Amino acid sequence: MSAAPPPASLIAIVNARMVDPASGHDGPGALLIAEGLIARVAHAPGLDNLPADARVIDAGGALLAPGLIDLRVKTGEPGSEPKETLKSAARAAAAGGVTSIVVQPDTDPVIDDPAVVDFILRRARDIELVHVYPAGAATKGCLGKAMAEIGLMNEAGCVYVTDADRPIVDSRVMRRLLAYAGGLGVLVAHRPVDPWLAAGAVATESEFSGRMGLAAEPVAAETIMLERDIALVGLTGARLLVDQISAAGPLESLARAKARGLPIIAAASINHLTFNELDIGDYRTFWKLTPPLRGEDDRQALIEAVASGLVDIVVSAHCPAPPEDKRLPFDEAAPGAVGLQTLLPALLTLYHEGRIPLLRLIETVTLAPARAIGLAAGRLAVGAPADLILCDLDAPLVIDAARLISKSRNSAFDGRRLQGRVLMTLVDGRVVFGGD
Amino acid sequence: MTPIASGLEDAPPPAAPFPKRHFLSIGDLDPVSVSDLLDLANAFVRANRQVNKKVDRLKGRTLVNLFFEASTRTQSSFELAGKRLGADVVNMSPRTSSISKGETLIDTAVTLNAMQPDILVVRHASSGAASLLSQKVDCSVVNAGDGQHEHPSQALLDALSMRRAFGRVGGLTVAICGDVAHSRVARSNVALLTMLGAHVRLVGPPTLIPADAARWGVEVVHDLKRGIAGADVVMMLRLQFERMQGSLVPSMREYFRLWGLDREKLALASPNVKVMHPGPMNRGVEIDSDVADDLAVSLIQDQVEMGVAVRMAILASIAARLDNR
Repeated sequence: MSAAPPPASLIAIVNARMVDPASGHDGPGALLIAEGLIARVAHAPGLDNLPADARVIDAGGALLAPGLIDLRVKTGEPGSEPKETLKSAARAAAAGGVTSIVVQPDTDPVIDDPAVVDFILRRARDIELVHVYPAGAATKGCLGKAMAEIGLMNEAGCVYVTDADRPIVDSRVMRRLLAYAGGLGVLVAHRPVDPWLAAGAVATESEFSGRMGLAAEPVAAETIMLERDIALVGLTGARLLVDQISAAGPLESLARAKARGLPIIAAASINHLTFNELDIGDYRTFWKLTPPLRGEDDRQALIEAVASGLVDIVVSAHCPAPPEDKRLPFDEAAPGAVGLQTLLPALLTLYHEGRIPLLRLIETVTLAPARAIGLAAGRLAVGAPADLILCDLDAPLVIDAARLISKSRNSAFDGRRLQGRVLMTLVDGRVVFGGD
Repeated sequence: MTPIASGLEDAPPPAAPFPKRHFLSIGDLDPVSVSDLLDLANAFVRANRQVNKKVDRLKGRTLVNLFFEASTRTQSSFELAGKRLGADVVNMSPRTSSISKGETLIDTAVTLNAMQPDILVVRHASSGAASLLSQKVDCSVVNAGDGQHEHPSQALLDALSMRRAFGRVGGLTVAICGDVAHSRVARSNVALLTMLGAHVRLVGPPTLIPADAARWGVEVVHDLKRGIAGADVVMMLRLQFERMQGSLVPSMREYFRLWGLDREKLALASPNVKVMHPGPMNRGVEIDSDVADDLAVSLIQDQVEMGVAVRMAILASIAARLDNR
């Protein structure tokens, strides 16, 4: 799989159920790939005048959609390679139908320097599986004090800036960051959390966490910081990506901000769309996440918000943690869960349950993130890169964490029954998964 | 069945076998098993007042006390309980073991497990630690306090103290006062007392009462005088400075004035009120010495005595289950 064959110059995919949010098409489809790009698109089962030398793939009615673009992925490279390397993450992504990943900057060293951005991009080129884009640190060392070299990192190829899990607490720093990055046209992502209300917290504040004796943060910790960020976006006019909105209260703030026409977009993690705080059960550390899993009312509100478009983007929040970081008491365990391989089938649950139309679901992981960071991918349009997936929507699968490709197997979906098997993943017209 | 030493002849046979291999949470128990445990503990109270306190229900068995948090009364209580039942008892604490060398909780437990103990008594600063251990070892695990989650043997000894003082637990009004937020004792007591039909009030400033505690099936009162009015039992909790992050109450003197138990406030409770405290006490902070040391109202010494008996009952019940396996 890693030694990719030279791309066949012409590949035709016919007889598919084509779902393309950019054109709003959900129906029969076929397309032709030439030199790594989409050369022709037909909203019909077949293509007329198919070139004789084209390799024809009969999709047999399977879903043909743009490859997924995951804006929030952590690996352990550089610095914590036993957790996950760029290569192991890229392999997991390919198997999960994810054709572009954006890696977070809170590595060791931090991606706060154009040289580290360059390092990531070079490694990604060597791996030659899926597209790997770095997010640059918003502040030096992700410490929230001084702006990182946003302009130079942008030139080197970072796709947005963020301090990952760390909130930028100093409002003056945040204001300047938004203003400066906005001036360069660079998107700023920020995870809204009031660090004092959330100090030491490992769960959401509720009757459940109270009984379990877990240190907890109220949802207000998220709402307060989001309201501040909204005010600063109003002040600067800069674009902001709300990193992992997780509860009903902040969604109300987001709705008001969007109604005012502020340039704010928001992402939710698949975990918060799938699980609630009760999944922690008997202190199960695979469900220890940041933000913490919220109540069922919050999860339902989040699903509604994804359906309505209030929440624009869904991310895997892929966060590898090896057993030694998870086999600990709940409050000592590392937060996070891997998710690259389960993002698509987990998302499809919302389709199978009749909660969100397929076209909208696919948009949240393709076109919406592509637009957020300015990628040409994420759509089935002539001239777009041939980053594609074929997926059997109905195929049942039971997630077995032990068989995941990631180096760390901390999956919150272990044992879960899902529907939707990735049959083939293509990146720039190359088959990087399946198809044998 | 192993023979019973003198003093236990009047112990009624248990109505049902002990429900679980481990003793982690009040939620593992049902009213029948609680009643069995308290009856057995009552018999051990009498046995413990004999010159020969030894019975042999744990003969040949090994009990390991694994205390990651410092403890005087609980650890010595379990140690005495194990020894009086005839077990070999080993005490381990972080300062004298490799836990301080970076070995994890599970590594330590797995290592100890390989030495074939029968019962592991665990105290740890993290909620859920005992449950985590129980999933990784073959022996029985007894929770001697996990973070801010549960301290189930304390709740049982409190219930036994109440039952001996009042003849019953059901129907009593019990005011649990003070630092409920950081208290595993309070959580276990709420679970057990509500199971046994007592009326429970949680009394303290809002900063020391967990969010949504009103949904635990208790009454939440943010005023000590109203909270203890007419109460049969006033259980004072220790203000747990060591677990607090930041300021939750303004000062000790304000706390004592508003939330400390003294004669004047106690007069508002039932005329037959009994005062309890899980210890160790902060005298002059949550409780006045005058009240704490008054044997006419204070059950605090009884609680300690009941502690050994209740832990003997827990260990003996688990051992009986091991015998039957």
